[in-house]
Amino acid sequence: MIIYLLCLILFCCGLYCILRKRNIIKIILGIIIAEYAVNLFFILVAYRMEGRSPILSSEVEIVNMVDPLPQALVLTAIVIGLATTALLVALAMRIYEKYKTFDITKIKELRG
Amino acid sequence: MTATSNILPLFVGISLAGAFLTSIVGKKLKWLPDLMGSVTTFILLGLSLIAVRIVATQGVLVYSVGSWKLPIGIALVLDGLTVFMLITVNLMAFFIAIYSINYMERFTSKWKFYTLFLLMVAGMNGVVITGDMFNLFVFLEIASVASYALVAFGTERHELEAAFKYTVMSTVGSLFILLGIVFLYSYTSTLNMADMANILAQKSASNIIIMVSVLFIMGFGLKAALVPFHAWLPDAHPSAPAPISAMLSGILIKSLGVYTLCRVFYNIIGINSSLSLILMVLGTLSMVIGVFLAIGQWDFKRLLAYHSISQIGYVILGIGLGTPLGMIGGLFHLFNHSVFKSLLFLNSGAVEYATGTRDLQKMGGLMTKMPITGTTSLVASMSIAGIPPFNGFWSKLIIIIACVQANRLGYAFWAVLASILTLASFMKVMKYAFFGKLREKWNKVEEVPVYMKLAMVILALICVFGGVLLIYNINEFFLKPASDVLLEGTKYADIIFKGIQ
Repeated sequence: MIIYLLCLILFCCGLYCILRKRNIIKIILGIIIAEYAVNLFFILVAYRMEGRSPILSSEVEIVNMVDPLPQALVLTAIVIGLATTALLVALAMRIYEKYKTFDITKIKELRG
Repeated sequence: MTATSNILPLFVGISLAGAFLTSIVGKKLKWLPDLMGSVTTFILLGLSLIAVRIVATQGVLVYSVGSWKLPIGIALVLDGLTVFMLITVNLMAFFIAIYSINYMERFTSKWKFYTLFLLMVAGMNGVVITGDMFNLFVFLEIASVASYALVAFGTERHELEAAFKYTVMSTVGSLFILLGIVFLYSYTSTLNMADMANILAQKSASNIIIMVSVLFIMGFGLKAALVPFHAWLPDAHPSAPAPISAMLSGILIKSLGVYTLCRVFYNIIGINSSLSLILMVLGTLSMVIGVFLAIGQWDFKRLLAYHSISQIGYVILGIGLGTPLGMIGGLFHLFNHSVFKSLLFLNSGAVEYATGTRDLQKMGGLMTKMPITGTTSLVASMSIAGIPPFNGFWSKLIIIIACVQANRLGYAFWAVLASILTLASFMKVMKYAFFGKLREKWNKVEEVPVYMKLAMVILALICVFGGVLLIYNINEFFLKPASDVLLEGTKYADIIFKGIQ
């Protein structure tokens, strides 16, 4: 149980980073942390203590296998996360070119 | 699985193929991206019209990707609601693609625009057609990532700022959705929506379901820009190029937000009175707060963006009511809103194209110089404000009647009030932008090129004759099957499993 709580704390760290930090790069890091917390949680949900890899063969009896599906799904989620992160970093670079700062309190031209 | 169900993967496949071809050949051949954009979306529109006929004659179609036996493999499902959304998405995408031919001349590298545009269409079609929870998340992300890049397409100061804000907010929304899917998977050990619904129906109510519902309301609510989660929309939608604003406001928030909310809450988790109350309260809040924020805006596109929040509120209110009439009203308003809001954004794009400004105070008297833009904008404004006989009137009327029928007079009152305020704010738009005295400096303004006019005129015609969809014979094929899917609730699962055999 404690491991799920640690996962939750990691997720909250990420959210705190997104909501409270003023530096764009730190916000991006917050997103990455929150994303990894969700991915980790997904893997942990499917994991079994002392489980074996889910490979079907005639010699071994089918007991106590780790659920392989979440692992495949998390791979997809990581790739999606990569795309989002790459896009965010590209945006951050462009923003720095235009505004000469990473501070979001100074990048506030849209209001109303 | 029958032969006709082979049509299902085409909706995603064709748009992905279009995006791929545009990205590899478009850089060399200057004429190709325009053609690819229009032709691909036209084929998709044709296919969705064929799909209406198929669903009317054969019922629900199920396709299993890679011929894996369901519910293990990924399912694609074509039912009434899916067909309804497919038509809405592809109809708008087609006209917006035609409009972009002229409008996007102002930007360099048109092929990048069309690649992202078609990717976004592929993502939206995928979200609508999939019958698998994780697959839904993947398509949702495809559409979202394409839209982040498109919001930043101009790469000016405001575009970048808006795109950053939008990306951060929307990614957080996606994380909540993924977390919800993780909880659902660990509880039911399946990802197939129909299978999930079956298993959830057998298990008794549990706290996990409440947790999942909250996560989904936050996640999909962020994508649909319901009121506590709306902060990104008024920045992101006006900053994008006009055709993309039209796509985002017209169909993206609906297929990624409203459709997914309906599907998950009605067909998988199963609606109950507290969920429906939450939906109705969120809808009413969006409706009223959106319109109050809109009324003070002077930026044409920003004003329209706030109205999107308000109109999505109507859709959610109608669907949240849960009565047959409310469903039809909500879905009909979804279709109508995508038509007239796209049209209004295209109008604002046309004005910007001709005059170079979005500030309503600097315009004036443009009706004499741009008669077609002015007239179509007048039609769309009257539709959104709910003036008979335009389409917006009928759907708002149905929603209000449904509220009264369900004895929810308070909600009906707010719906009428929001409608009156909408009328007031669009009278302001018309007065400042198109009527009144022509300013000296707009004397040389010319009407926009032919393709832009074509797209706007056809959308305006749909606005005028949209009420026809309510006539019994047409309603039977278009709106009724869609609302039936929602009304069936979790019986959806049985219907899908019947479709598999």
